[in-house]
Amino acid sequence: MSEHTPLARPPRKDPTAVTPLAHRPPGSPSRAGLFFAAHAARGAFALQECGECGTRIWPPRDACPKCLSADIPFTPAPTGGEVIAETTIRVTHELFYRGRGPWRVGTVQLDCGPVVTANLHRDVTTGARVRMIARLDLAGTPLMMALPAKETPLMDEDPALRGLTAHPRHRRVLVTDGRSALGQETARALLKAGAAKVFLGVADAWKPFPGAERIAAEEGIEIVPLDLSDTRSVVDLAGAIGGKTDIIVNTADHVRPGGVMGQSVALARESFETNVFGLQRLAQVFAPGMLGRANDGVNNAVAILDVTPVAALSNWNVYGMHSASAAARLSVLQGLRAELRDGGIRVMSVFIGPVEDDWHQAVPPPKLAPKAVAAAVVKALAEGIEESFTGDVARDVFARWSADPKVLERELQR
Amino acid sequence: MRARSVRSYEDVVIAVPVSVPYVRYSQESAHWWIAAALRGLVKGAGITPGDIDGFTVSSFSLAPDTAVGLTQHLGLCPRFLEHIPMGGASGVVAARRAARAVQAGDAEIVACVAGDTNHIDSFRSLLGSFSRFALEASYPYGAGGPNASFALLTDGYMRRYGATREDFGRICVAQRANALTYPQAIMKKPLSLEEYMSARPIADPVHLFDCVMPVAGAEAFLVMHEDTAKERGLPYARLAGAIERHNAFPEDPLQMRGGWELDVADLWSAAGCRPDAVDLVQTYDDYPVIVMMQIEDLGLCGKGEAAEFLRGHDLTNAGTLPHNTCGGQLSAGQAGAAGGFIGFVEALRQVTGQNLAAPVAGARRALVSGFGMVNYDRGVCTAAAVLEAA
Repeated sequence: MSEHTPLARPPRKDPTAVTPLAHRPPGSPSRAGLFFAAHAARGAFALQECGECGTRIWPPRDACPKCLSADIPFTPAPTGGEVIAETTIRVTHELFYRGRGPWRVGTVQLDCGPVVTANLHRDVTTGARVRMIARLDLAGTPLMMALPAKETPLMDEDPALRGLTAHPRHRRVLVTDGRSALGQETARALLKAGAAKVFLGVADAWKPFPGAERIAAEEGIEIVPLDLSDTRSVVDLAGAIGGKTDIIVNTADHVRPGGVMGQSVALARESFETNVFGLQRLAQVFAPGMLGRANDGVNNAVAILDVTPVAALSNWNVYGMHSASAAARLSVLQGLRAELRDGGIRVMSVFIGPVEDDWHQAVPPPKLAPKAVAAAVVKALAEGIEESFTGDVARDVFARWSADPKVLERELQR
Repeated sequence: MRARSVRSYEDVVIAVPVSVPYVRYSQESAHWWIAAALRGLVKGAGITPGDIDGFTVSSFSLAPDTAVGLTQHLGLCPRFLEHIPMGGASGVVAARRAARAVQAGDAEIVACVAGDTNHIDSFRSLLGSFSRFALEASYPYGAGGPNASFALLTDGYMRRYGATREDFGRICVAQRANALTYPQAIMKKPLSLEEYMSARPIADPVHLFDCVMPVAGAEAFLVMHEDTAKERGLPYARLAGAIERHNAFPEDPLQMRGGWELDVADLWSAAGCRPDAVDLVQTYDDYPVIVMMQIEDLGLCGKGEAAEFLRGHDLTNAGTLPHNTCGGQLSAGQAGAAGGFIGFVEALRQVTGQNLAAPVAGARRALVSGFGMVNYDRGVCTAAAVLEAA
């Protein structure tokens, strides 16, 4: 293993240089492969496992190559393996890889059976024990990567690994709602993870809010005016920082209790203005600039991460209209993901349950501490996990939703 | 392994070797190239297209057509039709299929054709859509294509058996010498071992001269009854034996052997000779590590001993083990699926004395081997045949 120098903060962009185009990596998963992709999107390493003969299967198939059973679901697989051959690809016809080579690839014998082609981490060589991960590349194609079995120095700075993630190190991040403890903690956590700068959006700055002085005083955090419910405000901010925003973390969430019958339309509309149209405004105004900088090297524009209420998956009638806005918000994220995929910008979600804040006073625990959400945001970006579920409530809802959304619907209703 | 009792190909012969001269890039379609090869067969045999009542086609660049579309496009009316998508194994497999059809009376004269065009950027399109497994489990990993897949196999083979780059280099250098005697070879300049060794790396340990040059071209031959060939005064060769196998040894972590190993006893039993009784050998040579694998699995030497074995031989047409006598794909070019025919057609020329490349003295018996389709991490199709002068 060789010594690596830490990634240097990139110099200012040369405004006269021609914009490097963001090429799309090749790859088109089969339907079976999309199940692998779904697990990879959630950070899980899952392979098909024959329900009849137990064979582990790779590449994705429609029948077991040992017994021809079609009962071959993807299940979490042991991640251990050993590299048995390697190469360094120096010549390729694909524009995406031409700009990123040479590219190290190896053959890995997995402990659970299959032999796979995988990207090799720079600290891994033939004979090495490895830990496999599955992640989505910039085009949403699920890939395997062999990491050192044990943590190595500067491990997350491997270029191939960094390309599978949206690590905040050296990147400039816009966090949308600095009025909340959640937004403030997220800004701090991103800075601690190496973000070059955090722009922290604050609406109605003249109105006092808790923690205002402390957060404004922190080096690396710049308070910027941002009201997601106001198109003008979003456009103005993009005019100021759109050209240097590499990641957007949307922590904004307008939460009010009340169901379909009880909550006024006016109040529900406020929720939708921030939670749904606010996200659409962010996308429409900031994403075109991000697409233009998706191939800018170390601090390329890379992701829009949304902190999404898990009620997006199923209506919680106590907060019925807020749940409706969350569901719409999730749908916007899915649409946006499809629109940005070819351009190399990731759209990610950290799903959360109720947070310990003023608008969830009547909700019994467990509730999430803002710091826990902030840590989850950093982890999702640093590890390149498209959808993660943070806290007991979000994980519980997701598990029940995976089992049967119709059952979850009744389980959530009070 | 004991040989099975497989019916021989007696009374069936192979005739009329056709190689349409290759070009690096072509404006024409695969249909055009296949038509040119068919025309070569018709002219060479002195027959009309209507006499061809059997037709096999191998091509990567025919889409959206298959052999079916070609019959109408080219005005053929066969009663035996095969599309053989087996890449480097296509030649031997086509001969096997055609020979059985003729033997059974399903066809009188079978035209076996392989051809592909090569447009600017068509190689990338081919790699990017090669197979479902490649699409999702190998190509997205650096998009190295076959260079990368074979680099991994080469790396594994070198580690396991101690073969060196010089060993691979000697194969490539000898083939270049052979190619210089073949007017239709794409490569026209001599290649020295020093040049081979100092070539730029493509996907370590594969370097430039381990890789074939994608070109446009076509290859073809006819299969018919011996009587038919005699009546028409055509020089011919017998198919003394032929084997094929697909997806052998899936449990091997890295491909160090091919399906030949399962059937090699049948091949030599049918041919009625030992491996060292052949006068020349045509292997599938996209990449030299595969040459070594074939030399071993077809019984010319033991497993892992090919490097040592080949060090003791001169592989040129005048040498002790003439190998890929027109330069193979490494020096003549790889015309897509025609790469699965080039060795077969060249062997046919050599044993029937219709040479374009330097003749191998006293060539009567040739071993031809095919290897095709890196569907994911290894070649899936393997085949081999022994061609014998009449």
